[in-house]
Formats: sequence, C-alpha cells, structure tokens
Amino acid sequence: MLSIRNIVKQYAGHTALSGVSLEIESGQIFGLLGPNGAGKTSLIRIINQITAPDSGEVYFNGVKLNQQHIERIGYLPEERGLYKKMEIGEQMIYLARLKGLSRAEAIKRLKVWFAKLGMETWWKLKIEELSKGMQQKAQFVATVLHEPDLIILDEPFSGFDPVNAEIIKDEILELNKKGATILFSTHRMESVEELCHSIALLNLSHKILDGKVKDIRKSYRNSTYLIEYQGEKVNLKDTLPFTILEENHGDDDSYGIKIKLNEDVSVNDVLQYLLPKARINLLQEVIPSMNEIFIEQVNLIR
Amino acid sequence: MDKILLIILREYITRVRKKSFIVMIFVVPALIFLMGYVLTLVGKNSQELSVDQTIKVSDQTSIFANKFTNIKHLNFESVNSPISALKEEASNNENLSILIIHKGYTMKDSVEILSKKKPSIIVLNEVSKQLNQIATNRNLIEHHINPAVLKAINSDISLNAIEITKTGDNKTNIGANIAISISCAILIYLSLFIYGAQVMRGVIEEKTSRIIEVIISSVKPFQLMMGKIIGVGLVGLTQFSAWIILSMVSTKIAGHTLATTPGSLFGAIQVLQTIHFGPILFYFLFYFLTGYLLYSALFAAVGSAVDSETETQQFMFPITLPLLFTYILAVSVLFQAPDSPLAVWLSIIPFTAPVAMMVRIPFDPAPWQIALSMSLMVVGFLFTTYVAARIYRVGVLMYGKKASYKELVKWFFYKE
Repeated sequence: MLSIRNIVKQYAGHTALSGVSLEIESGQIFGLLGPNGAGKTSLIRIINQITAPDSGEVYFNGVKLNQQHIERIGYLPEERGLYKKMEIGEQMIYLARLKGLSRAEAIKRLKVWFAKLGMETWWKLKIEELSKGMQQKAQFVATVLHEPDLIILDEPFSGFDPVNAEIIKDEILELNKKGATILFSTHRMESVEELCHSIALLNLSHKILDGKVKDIRKSYRNSTYLIEYQGEKVNLKDTLPFTILEENHGDDDSYGIKIKLNEDVSVNDVLQYLLPKARINLLQEVIPSMNEIFIEQVNLIR
Repeated sequence: MDKILLIILREYITRVRKKSFIVMIFVVPALIFLMGYVLTLVGKNSQELSVDQTIKVSDQTSIFANKFTNIKHLNFESVNSPISALKEEASNNENLSILIIHKGYTMKDSVEILSKKKPSIIVLNEVSKQLNQIATNRNLIEHHINPAVLKAINSDISLNAIEITKTGDNKTNIGANIAISISCAILIYLSLFIYGAQVMRGVIEEKTSRIIEVIISSVKPFQLMMGKIIGVGLVGLTQFSAWIILSMVSTKIAGHTLATTPGSLFGAIQVLQTIHFGPILFYFLFYFLTGYLLYSALFAAVGSAVDSETETQQFMFPITLPLLFTYILAVSVLFQAPDSPLAVWLSIIPFTAPVAMMVRIPFDPAPWQIALSMSLMVVGFLFTTYVAARIYRVGVLMYGKKASYKELVKWFFYKE
C-alpha cells in the first residue's frame, strides 16, 4: 500500500526525519509510535503531501505519491479543528467535496454516518455549539466520508471519553475490515497491542524498530515465566535451574513466582523440578508489553 | 481548479449570508445620505436668520436714518429716543439691537451696536454692508457722481472653466472634481483595509481553529490562499455593486421629486450629473481589484505568520504605512496639484497607486501615466502574491512560534 523510502526532512536548525523507510501493507492497521518530537507528524505530513521531503520517496500502491492520491487518503490531524461558525452539515459537505465527492453523494453518505453515530439532529448546528467530544466525532466522520483507501489518524483517541473512544475504535476496525488501510500514531500503547498488526517506532528522527507486533514482542522474549501453584509454600533452594524475579503470596493457598530461566534450561526442566513439590495452576510466558519495549528502546537511545 | 472554485464559493457565501453584510448594504448609503442632508441643513441655517430681529438706529449724523433696507427677518427702525432708554429696552429683548452712529462715523470704532446677546455674524455683516453702501453713496453724491451711473458702468465678470477635449468642450466643475477625487481616494483606502483585514482574519481563523491542516491535506496552500482572496474580493465587489445600484436608483428618484422644487440638493445632483461616471467607475474597479489583490496577499501572509490577531501589529505597520501616507497626502495636498511630480510618482508606484491615481483620475492625467500605472499594478500584485504564497505555505503550519522578519525570510527560501 505505502512504501516509504529513505525520507529525509530537515527544518532550519534540526532534522525531523533522517533516512526513514517503512513498508505498510494493504489492509493493515499500522501503528506509528514514538515520543514527542520524534518526527511522527513530519512523516504524516509528508504522506499527506502537506510538505515534501528533502530527499526520499513515497510510493502509493507502487506509484510515486502525487496529487491524485489526495482523494484516496483521509487524514485526522492531532490538532483537531473545524470552522467554528459554519453549520456541521454544510461543513462536512464542503470538506468531502474538497476530497472530490459530489454534493449529492456527500449528502447521501453523511446521512448514513449521522444515523450510525446518532448525530442526525446536529445537521444545522454550528461547531461552536457542540461539546469537544461531539466535535471530534464530527471530525472523524469528515475524515472517512470519502471512503479513503488509506486513513491516517494522528492520536485518534485523544479527547474522547471512554464510551466514544470505544465507538470510534469499533468504527476504525470496521473500516479496516472493509479494506481500508489504517495508519495511526499514538502514545497509548494499550491501543497498539489491541489494534495494530504492525508498528514502527520513531525516536529522534530515526526509525529504531519496526515489524509485526507479534514478531517484535517475540523477539523481546527473555525466558521469563510466571508460575502459580497451590498448597504448601515451596522452599526454593539455591541450586535452582532459574532465578526468581518476584515472589508473592496470593489468596487462599496460592503462590505466584516470576522466574527467569538459566541458560540451557527449558521450561520443561522447571516443571520437572517443581512438579514433585507443588500443584501447578498456571505456567505462562511473560512477554514484555509494547509499553515496556517502547520505554526500553527509547531509553536505550538516550 | 475545481477545488479553488469550491473555496471561493465557501468564502463568498459564508460572508454574504451574514446579517452584517446585508445591513451594511443599506446602512452605509443611508448614513452618507443622512450626512449630506445634515450638512446642507446646517449650511442653510447659518446663511439665514430664523427669528425676526429689529435694529433700532440712533443716528446722530442724520445721514443714515431711514436709508436702511429691511431684509427677511431683519427690520431697521430709526428712532430718536435717548440712548439710555434704548439700552433699557434692549436689555429686556433678545431680538432687539441698538445701532448708534456717532457724528464722526468715519473714525475707527465710532459706530456701535448694542444688544443683550452677542449679535450673529449674519446680522453684523448685513449691517456693515448697508452702512458702507449708504456712506459710499453719500460720498459719490458729494463728489458729484451719480450712483445709478456708477452701477451701470460697474462690470460683473465671472469665469466659466471649459476644458478642451476631442469629443467637444466640456463644462468642468472644479469643486465637483475635487469632491469626486477625494471621495474615491477615501473609498479605495477604506475598502483596501476592510477587505484586506477580512482576508487576514480569515487566515488567522483557519490557523487558530486548526482546520488548516485538514484543508491543506486536500488542497495546496496556494489554492486555499487564492480562493480566500478571490472570495473576499467578490464580496467587496458585491457590496460596491449594491451601493452603486442603490445610489443610482435613489439619485433618479431624488432627481424626479426634487425637479419641481429646486434646492441646493437638487443643484448638487445636477452638478454630479455633469461628471462622467463611466470611466471613473472603471478606474475605481480596476484599482480596487488590483490594489486589493496586491494588499490582501500581504495581509494573508501576515495572517499566516501569527497565532492571533493581537500579534499582527509588528507586520501590519510596514504594510499600512504606504497606504496611510498616500491617503494623508491625497486628502491634503495631492488634489490641489494632481500633476505635480509627487502625485505622478505616487500614482505609478504600485503600493501607493490605488489611492494616488484615484485622486488624479478626475483631472485627466496623461494616458501614458495611466497605462504605466495600470501595468505596474498588475506586475505588483503578481509579485506580492508570489512572495506571500511562499511565506503563507510555511506559516500556516507553524504553531506557537513567534515569527520575526528573519523567520519570514527563511520561510520564503524554504523548499516545498
């Protein structure tokens, strides 16, 4: 869908992107992560052709990005905004027509979306008469009304209350199911694991990590397991095949331990060691969360 | 191109739909009309007396007595009562004045007028005029000259200014020309500011409401800027057309109703009708449009560089300076010397030409000057639009950064 090759963007005094390359496959939900000032918005603006890179290219379905692609992209910027004094209906139609929709088609689709999100009565209202959450909803509709192939969402959940955030999340998933590729940038790591197939992590203008979420997390496995057992507390002696990271006493008679395997030891060895001593309830591999990976990676660079 | 049209339409419709726009169409001509009416009324009042006034003349020379002629609201009465009694009488009556002519009336300050209130200029002028007339007549007779003969041989010549043109000799009314040229200068100066500021406010609105990023992801910054400039410009043209139509209709009506009762207002309208409005209108529209395009592009650039209207001050100053400077010159000096080198130069430099040339147009400047000025206007607005667009495209996406002139220069040289 989108192939970003060696993008360099410099502003007077600082570099926003230095040689960033990304591949975003069609039909994916792609998360663009990174701390503030990493270059996410710069990259998104380049994909939207708001600015042009100093060097490097972006290919959209194998074709070099050009003006025709504008109508196939929907963009929800981080800094939301609509014309305050314009009626919602008119404003949505205007924005859709700027994306190449006819007036009649825009009205037709708007009615569907407004019904879907419970906004039918808003048509004649002005933006300044809406609450912030309502404005966000309207802006989301404006972003996707022209049924773009690529939807770019910059911090889509900021400003939504949990109920509306859930609604928007469901809409994003549904759009994705219908075939839209979604690129979103966020700091909220829970939503990354929940939604994204792939991610890229930017820090200080460099891409420091990218790939499928599953693969990344797997590559960060560090032989850590969580074990829960019931019965007498096992007296763990010093000649263990693992090191204990954490130990805690749960409700009833259950105990939990978090362990890291020693080298050349498999998890089966641990089980063999423990089986005679206790009744095992749970054995689970602990894979670092995206949040932990994010923090670890960003701190590494620093 | 399609998208520019959409933008123009939105800018135009949202503004024309506003109540303030419709109100302005009617209020401004009404205000101008009212002002004119009040002015003529005031003018009339200061030329005529409204209350009957009596002047009792106590003549100690017996030269003037009974020779005064009464005019409307002003009666003369020769009396022989003692001055103290007259004074007593005048101190009780506001509309009574006492004129005392002493024996040696030719000496300085020997004629006195006494009244309870300060007498009006009209009364004083009339009295002194009549006094002098009577005294002159007496002198003439003393020197054996018949006043009637003198009156007959006195000439009364007035100048009639006629301009020689190819289409025939034209009666010109210098006063009307000055009035037209000054009002054109004021109108163009005000409208450049009003509509330029509207463009700037529109840009700031888009920037502060953050919709700019959504729009810029659909259209190029240049399209958005031009769409806004053209849209607001059309609003201005609509407003002018409405005013022109309204004033034409009202002059027609006023001309009809006033034709039967000739008054000063009708006279003014008659004078206005001798002026060729066609060419003036053409030049006005041309200089409004090109001047507007030139300045509104700069206004748009200023709007793009700031985060709120309060920050515009530092950039507005150099933009408004040439306009303000020409405007002040226009209403004070230029109309008196429309062909002076200063006026010619100002009317050729694009930044000052809209105001300066409009002052000169009613006085028929040389055609080559008009042609040069007009072509430089076109070059001028293309230039400012180019410069402004380069600043605008960067500025609209810059938030929270206080822009300086150095910064603007940097933006200008940014690559895409």
